[in-house]
Amino acid sequence: MISINNLHANVEDKQILKGLNLTINPGEVHAIMGPNGAGKSTLGNVLAGREGYEVTDGSVVFHGQDLLDLEAEERARAGLFLAFQYPVEIPGVSNLEFLKASVDAVRSQQGKEPLDSVQFLKLAREKIKAVNLDQSFLKRGVNEGFSGGEKKRNELMQMMLLEPSLCILDETDSGLDIDALQVVAEGVNAMRDPNRSFIIVTHYQRLLDYIVPDFVHVLANGKIVKSGGKELALELEEKGYGWLENGTGDA
Amino acid sequence: MPELFQHQQSELAASTVKLPWLTAFNQRGADAFRTAALPTRKTEAWKYTPLTALTRLAPQQCGQPVTYTNPLVAFARIDGLHDHRLVFVNGILDKQHSSASALAAVTLFSEANAEQQALIAQHLGHVAQQSESPNLFTDLNDAALSDGVLLHIRDHQPLLQISWLTTSEAKPFTVFARLLVVLERHAQAAIVEHYGSDLSEQNSVTNAVTEIVINDNAQLQHYRLQTMHSSAQHIGSCHVDLQRDARYHGFHAGFGSTLCRNDLVVHHNQGGSHCQLDGIYVPQHDELIDFHTCIEHRAAHCTSNEVFRGIMNDQAKAVFNGRIHIHPHAQKTLAELSNKNLLLTPGAEIFTKPELEIYADDVKCAHGATVAQLDNKAMFYLQSRGISKADAEVMLSFGFINELIEQLPDEAVRNLLRPMLATRFDRDSSLTHDIG
Ligand SMILES: Nc1ncnc2c1ncn2[C@@H]1O[C@H](COP(=O)(O)OP(=O)(O)OP(=O)(O)O)[C@@H](O)[C@H]1O
Ligand SMILES: [Mg+2]
Repeated sequence: MISINNLHANVEDKQILKGLNLTINPGEVHAIMGPNGAGKSTLGNVLAGREGYEVTDGSVVFHGQDLLDLEAEERARAGLFLAFQYPVEIPGVSNLEFLKASVDAVRSQQGKEPLDSVQFLKLAREKIKAVNLDQSFLKRGVNEGFSGGEKKRNELMQMMLLEPSLCILDETDSGLDIDALQVVAEGVNAMRDPNRSFIIVTHYQRLLDYIVPDFVHVLANGKIVKSGGKELALELEEKGYGWLENGTGDA
Repeated sequence: MPELFQHQQSELAASTVKLPWLTAFNQRGADAFRTAALPTRKTEAWKYTPLTALTRLAPQQCGQPVTYTNPLVAFARIDGLHDHRLVFVNGILDKQHSSASALAAVTLFSEANAEQQALIAQHLGHVAQQSESPNLFTDLNDAALSDGVLLHIRDHQPLLQISWLTTSEAKPFTVFARLLVVLERHAQAAIVEHYGSDLSEQNSVTNAVTEIVINDNAQLQHYRLQTMHSSAQHIGSCHVDLQRDARYHGFHAGFGSTLCRNDLVVHHNQGGSHCQLDGIYVPQHDELIDFHTCIEHRAAHCTSNEVFRGIMNDQAKAVFNGRIHIHPHAQKTLAELSNKNLLLTPGAEIFTKPELEIYADDVKCAHGATVAQLDNKAMFYLQSRGISKADAEVMLSFGFINELIEQLPDEAVRNLLRPMLATRFDRDSSLTHDIG
């Protein structure tokens, strides 16, 4: 699915990713944990193609092509999706219109016809129900005035609509109430598929009770410093990150 | 140009209508117009809006019986407003396409009874003349006035649309549109003042003057929409007189044309009045649109908030001049002005200027005029969802304007403007209606 080799990246001339390696096969769920400021969101942004994130070394191969060569929109159309830690508000652009433009763009890449408005509205209504948001959120401005949890659910809805092959969820569980956490977990589990992979960035072991990962990685100081199975998350919950950052662990 | 004006000035003498006050009214306008200095490129208020394009100013209204096609009527129709619509075509009231309820709600000056004549005499021209700077085109309208529309609201007027439409005629012509709105104490009203045309090349100029009096505690929602063909010219002004605790919400939308000039003046004459003055302009091709706004704070404890946004495409040019004048006695005034602009091409132009004159010390006044960039974070968000850079730019530009549309209290107006703007920004208009 994706293989990240020796990835080095700068933000504003500051080196954040310092030789990160990670390979994900189709169907796998990888959890990434790690201290604040370690570079988890930076990894997501670099993979999604955000301007200002400069790759200085290393490579990323996604579905056999050089990911770093693609524009942000081409990456999305190729099946990569990033659920943002802090989704932006876009007043004046209706959520519905945005979602349709997005789905149409991804469909056209797959050689499919755009959906007509009626078909699309039906689909959007179904998905918004699945993430437990009121229908009225479709006509509001994109994330405009949404609460933290509502923004996260809106991200999840986009993921459901776009059906990407690689889903990166950056702290989608942060700020969610217990019911919403279930909604996210159910949404992700329902989408688990032999041809779809997930990178789940989280600070909490709790989410991983619901979405059982195949691998857990610790990202600290710009690289993966330890990898293990789902029990690693429990161990981290108990011991924190201190023992790893001292160089004990190595991926 | 000067020749045209001279011609105009000499032709003004004769007006034919028999209203008792009108002869003197026309005369005063004609005198003022004759002696007015013609704007040149050195005239500050007209610096960026040359009148060279103004070749159609003709002494007479079109006066032709009108035959026109369905698209024009469709253009005049706002869904949800069918019940209250008044339609003028080339300056002449079209009773057939106006609704009975709208005809009943308004009075033509020429059909006014004695009490209404007195009301007209009391206010007509006087609201406009509160302005400190003379307005040549208001004088011209006074001089040429033969009839107008009085809307006198004693208690409540649901959304009423008044459309002045033009068609393409054999000879260039001028439409003189005149509207006087008087809200009595505690009255409430919503009106759409609409300037449109059929879809063909136009050869008219509309000279419109609107005067609005909002008495104590009364409240007006006013939309002034210019959706005419880009070849239709417009020079108009709107004057608002606010009495104690009166509230005015104005929304002014201009799509631009070869010449489109609007002077909007709000007078806070008594304490506690509030004005929200919003507007959008979206000229394209080689269109020109000019908004000169002025908020006169003459009384204490008044608030005004003004938000104008514009997007200029192609070689289009926009002028925005926002003046706030706080007089010595207008203590505790809160006045805000924001003007944001997007230029979509290197050839597009915006001349924006806030003008503050503050003579009271205990006031809060904030202003900002910017030429904005599209937000990088929002751009990335859209692109990360597969939307191309070009599409994302269009979407955000539309959103920049649409944000103001979304705040409008009347769904019918939102539903009129959104698809029009969507079309202008090349959006899928089927998704822009309110969904249930
Ligand atoms: N635009 C930026 N300008 C300057 N520094 C940045 C920028 N973006 C990220 N950084 C820095 O890069 C480092 C890594 O940030 P990142 O957001 O990737 O951390 P994170 O692992 O996601 O942390 P958290 O768990 O708090 O979300 C931080 O020190 C951050 O301050
Ligand atoms: Mg982060």
